[in-house]
Amino acid sequence: MKKVSKDKAFYFFTSIGNYTGEKAHSLEEFLEKVKGIDIKSLEFHLYRGDFEKWIREVLGIKELAEKMDEIQKLNLKGETLRTLIYETGSKFLKEYS
Amino acid sequence: MSIFYYKFYILPAKVINSRQAESVTDGSMKIKNGKIFLDDLDRKILEILRDNAKLTYTEIGKRLGVAHSTIYERIKRLEENGIIKKYTTIVDADRLGFKPTVAIVTVYTDPKESENIAKKLAKKRNVLEVLISLSEELLIIARVVAENQEKLHSFIANYVAPLPGVLRIRTSIITKKVKELDSASSII
Repeated sequence: MKKVSKDKAFYFFTSIGNYTGEKAHSLEEFLEKVKGIDIKSLEFHLYRGDFEKWIREVLGIKELAEKMDEIQKLNLKGETLRTLIYETGSKFLKEYS
Repeated sequence: MSIFYYKFYILPAKVINSRQAESVTDGSMKIKNGKIFLDDLDRKILEILRDNAKLTYTEIGKRLGVAHSTIYERIKRLEENGIIKKYTTIVDADRLGFKPTVAIVTVYTDPKESENIAKKLAKKRNVLEVLISLSEELLIIARVVAENQEKLHSFIANYVAPLPGVLRIRTSIITKKVKELDSASSII
């Protein structure tokens, strides 16, 4: 899968301006980070539409971006949300890589 | 309430009170080993200008009971010696209908990259102040202004976080300013 440069990487924040120090340059790396990142970061980015936007505009994966949009509409929180994001991304990786 | 008010900046590092000087001349500014010594009249003039830099020499003179020509000479000397760095204008953004978001952004850095990060931040127009602190970790503290919270986040996410050597970032959005004074004011 596509690997992007540092300036196009996904930077994980927990709230406005609070950067965790974690970043991802590819979908594989993104999913690895999703497994361990502070849950507040997943909630912050998902509900701002940041995951959908990065996956669509930077990685260029429209199908997965749409799935992120669907997850956003479920209004999930906590570990259930983490599991769903991770499993959705992993399933996509298995199918298309 | 005026949209503008004037502020002037003074240079603290070189200034020493006359009380601290080994020997002081009769009221004129004394320079010894690159250090400038102020007398009471200089300090009183600075105090008045700090409050309102637009006052005339005559008005300052009246307040201090001194001839305006004396005030003129003193201010000229304070300017020429770099004690008064500049006169500037503070714009009241509220009066112009702007509600900017101001934040204190603390950037935790790799020590090898901290100077570079500070320089890059300092080049940005929306970064008002950049400070380096060595506490338990090396930190860069920046005062940043943005049109709104979203633009603040975008600046931090797209410009600050990708800078080489940035380890993590903490941001505190300012909700109320209780006091503001330039650093020299409290020590002269």
